[in-house]
This record gives sequence, structure tokens and C-alpha cells, in this order.
Amino acid sequence: MSLDMFGHDPWWLILIKILVVFVFLIVSTILVIWFERRVVGRMQHRPGPNRHGPFGLLQSVADALKLALKEDIMPTLADKAVYFIAPIISAMCAITAWAVIPFGPEVSIFGHKTALQITDLPVAVLVVLACSGLGVYGIVLGGWASGSTYPLLGALRSAAQVISYEVALGLSIVAVFMLSGTMSTSGIVASQAENPAVNIFGLEFNVPGWYAILLFPSFVIFVISMVGETNRAPFDLPEAESELVGGFHTEYSSLKFAMFFLAEYINMFTVSAMCTTLFLGGWRAPWPISIWGAANTGFWPLLWFMGKLVLLMFFFVWLRGTMPRLRYDQFMRLGWKVLIPLNLVWILVVAGIRVSSEQEAGTAKTLIIGGVILLAVGVIFFYPRRKQYQAPAVADLGVGGFPVPPLDLKVPPSPRTKKIAASREATGVSASTTTEEEG
Amino acid sequence: MSLTPYVPLVVLFGLATVFAVFSVTIGPYIGPRRINKAKLEAYECGIEPTPTPPGGSRFPVKFYLTAMLFIIFDIEIVFLYPWAVAFDSLGMFGFVEMLLFIVTVFVAYTYVWRRGGLDWD
Repeated sequence: MSLDMFGHDPWWLILIKILVVFVFLIVSTILVIWFERRVVGRMQHRPGPNRHGPFGLLQSVADALKLALKEDIMPTLADKAVYFIAPIISAMCAITAWAVIPFGPEVSIFGHKTALQITDLPVAVLVVLACSGLGVYGIVLGGWASGSTYPLLGALRSAAQVISYEVALGLSIVAVFMLSGTMSTSGIVASQAENPAVNIFGLEFNVPGWYAILLFPSFVIFVISMVGETNRAPFDLPEAESELVGGFHTEYSSLKFAMFFLAEYINMFTVSAMCTTLFLGGWRAPWPISIWGAANTGFWPLLWFMGKLVLLMFFFVWLRGTMPRLRYDQFMRLGWKVLIPLNLVWILVVAGIRVSSEQEAGTAKTLIIGGVILLAVGVIFFYPRRKQYQAPAVADLGVGGFPVPPLDLKVPPSPRTKKIAASREATGVSASTTTEEEG
Repeated sequence: MSLTPYVPLVVLFGLATVFAVFSVTIGPYIGPRRINKAKLEAYECGIEPTPTPPGGSRFPVKFYLTAMLFIIFDIEIVFLYPWAVAFDSLGMFGFVEMLLFIVTVFVAYTYVWRRGGLDWD
């Protein structure tokens, strides 16, 4: 597989591939909503949707139809144009990211040899990151244009969350690029095929090619930040029902709301597919199956790819069924103070190991020892002091534990009293008696 | 390299745009239309909506700070990507260069941390 094989498809093949991916996204969104409700239902000891169609499979179809036939509300305070554009931006960016996801190897469709992937670029992973970055515009503009308090706060939270975790997500991919030497998705999948020999301290190891094993810390960081990136439980603070009603889409209804909903689920697929591609060997068969020679040829890889995708979706649902929601400050602390420094250090460690494996043994040892010393010095020198806990100032509680004003409180006379007093003084009555009468 | 591999990307983008614009546009026409004043007000759990100035109400300055920090780190990522891709051909030189770069960013990061820029409350 190389980049040269992309960009030569006839126009009808491009159209077929695009339509298939598009339909796949819409259909799987509907299926996954059903899947999520069923699984969460089972986790909570209830059947979940089971009335419409076999196993309730048509429940989501019915929901989608119902949503389309609902009243479309345009709030009075909304900024009309932006309110209209925001859901379009969200859905657009979510779908476009799928142009570079590899589904399988080269196959022949109607006599044409082509890869099971719409297209691939030298900067394919950047396209996905750009799409998720631009998708934030839909959220922010939607929340702001609603002209309401809850959506505004939800949108801000959502935006802050997505951009914070995008940093962690982006940094966790750097190690993958370092090992694969390419940013194209098909290239990254291909680079996970072999079992490379790794030289650590002069010893040769044959390690499995999946980056989830080779770069385990990167994988963990990626999985955490992909949940944060898609605003899913336990990081679903932007739509925390108990605080913010529905988050940024509170004011949206009908098909406009459906667009946001679609975008959210497609974004879940996107990060799952990226996780599969970058860390779990892409469409390549997992180990016991890969012994079978034909596992990685023809249309079989579609099955492995979907299998990995469904497993990751199950992981998302599992998290939702298990974990309580985080507090916002804890959540931001995890992103900025834990994941980012961890990421930077890990990148340096990977780079150091990779460079030292190319040098002679003596240089390598010096480099590793130097790196460890440098790291230790850095940690000691820069380690931020723990913030001292300060007991909150206890308010002066008076009788019975209720906050009461002090007994000798002097209330200044109100302007009205002053005016009356002044007018009475003019007619000869003393001001002090007036105030007492009023009190 | 020609721009041909980008064509399918643009076509998918176009299809997504057409789909989204179509859905959002027909929404008001296929649904019922029974509007009243309360329905069109900002939703606040049934109470009178908080009066907000036109252009949105005020919100914590922390969000601006987060956005600025994001830009700094995003630039760092942008510099790291080409370096990571070309890592094997750069060798020792690339490693030391990037070490210096990351340490520089790390100093700024520690500064922000110590000044409380990363504390949310």
C-alpha cells in the first residue's frame, strides 16, 4: 500500500465509495443509538427498547421519523442566520472526517483495483483533527445564537473541553507518527503489519506491531482524550442534565437537533475508527485470526474493522453505564495538568529510545543516563508546589446558627425619610422625632 | 503530487453539506406550526427567562484563558508533527533540536501552572 494508488479511481467508483460511506454513517448512527439503549438497559437491569421490530431494532428509525415531523422552533432571541448555520457546520465536519478512514486493503470492484478507502493524503490524520476542530464552531455558534443562558454556558463548556482534550489527543498521536514515519492513514495501518525488532539496551526484541502495545501510554492517553473530545460520559459536562438542561442544543428542535445528534454519534465513530487505525492495527486481523493467510485480503478486513469499531463503541456505552460524571474543575485538571505533561515526557522518552537505538552502545548509554538525569532535575526544579489548603473563612453566625445582622447595626436613613425630615424641619418639627415615629 | 486525491474529499464534503442544508431547510415545512409566545421564549425550566443583553450574557474569563493556552499548545503540536514524521532521517540533530523546543515550551507551561492559569476555580 502506498499513497500512489490513490487519486486514480474513475469518477463512478469515487461516487460509489462516497455514497456507501455516507449511507454507512447514517445507518450505523441509527443502529448504534439502538445498541446503546439496549446495552445501557441491560446494565441497569431493564430490557431497553424491545417493541418495534425484532429486538426493538426499528425503535431508532421511529425516533428519527418522529424527530423529523416535530415542530421547528426558532426562538425570539435567537440570531436567525447563525442559529440556522450551526447544525449544518456540525454535521458537515463530522461526515467529512470519514474521507480518510481506511476500511480495507486493495480489492477489485467491477474489474477496477481500488483501496477500500475514499481517499488518502500525506496529511490524512491532520484532516481528521481539522474536522473535529472545526466541528467546535457548530457547538459554540449554536449555543451562542440561541440567545439563552443554558445553551451559552453549555457551549462554552463544550468548547473548552473539546479544545483542551484536542491538545492531549494531538500529542498522543506524535509517538505514532514517529514510529510509522507517515501521516497517511493507510501508511500507518501498513506500518503496524510487521513485527519490528526493537533494540533496548543492546537486546533484540520482536514485538507485535500494534501501536496499542508498542506505545501503550499513548494509547491510554488517546482513549481518555477521545472520550473527552466527544463529550461522552463520564466527561459529558456540557450536557449535564442536572445543571445545564441539554447543553448547547437546549433550544434546538426537529431536524436541526437531529443534525447535532447525528454529528455527536458520527464523531464517536470517527474517534473509534481513528483509535482502530492508529493503535489497533486498522483493518488488519487480530492475532489468532491473522494466522489464516487470507484474513487480510479481499473484503474480509471490513469484518475485522467493524469488529474493532463495535468493541470501541461498546467501550463508550460501558463507560456511560458505569462511571459517574466528573466535576468540571477535576476534568480540566486531568486534561491540562496530567495528560499534557505526561504526553510531552513520553514523547521525549520514545524519541530518546529511538535515537539511542541508532547510535553505538556507548553513546546510547550516555544518552539514556543523561536523559534520566535531565528528567529528574526538571521534575525537582519545576515541580509545582501543592496549593496550601485554606479553610474557608467561616461567616459570623449569630444566634441559632442563622446569619443575623449585628445588634448595633446602624441603618442609614433612606432618601425618602431624609426628604420627609427635611420638609418637616422647614415647618418646625424636629427631625429626630420623625425618624423615631417612622421606625 | 497532483491534487487528485483531494477530489473525493471535496465531493464527500459537498455531499455532507447538501445533506445538512437540505435537512435543516425542510425542517420547518414538514413539521406542524403551532407557535405561542411561551414556546418561543428562552427555555429556563418554566420560569421567566433571565433578561440578557443582546449579543449574549457575560461568562467567566477562564474560557478565554483556556482558548489562549490551547493556541499555544496547538502551535507546539503543529511543530511536532513534521518533526515526528521525519524523525528517522533527522537522527541525533533532530532529537536535540526538539528537546530544546519542548523544554522551552515546558518552562512556559510551568510558569502558567505556578501562576494558577490551569486552576479552574
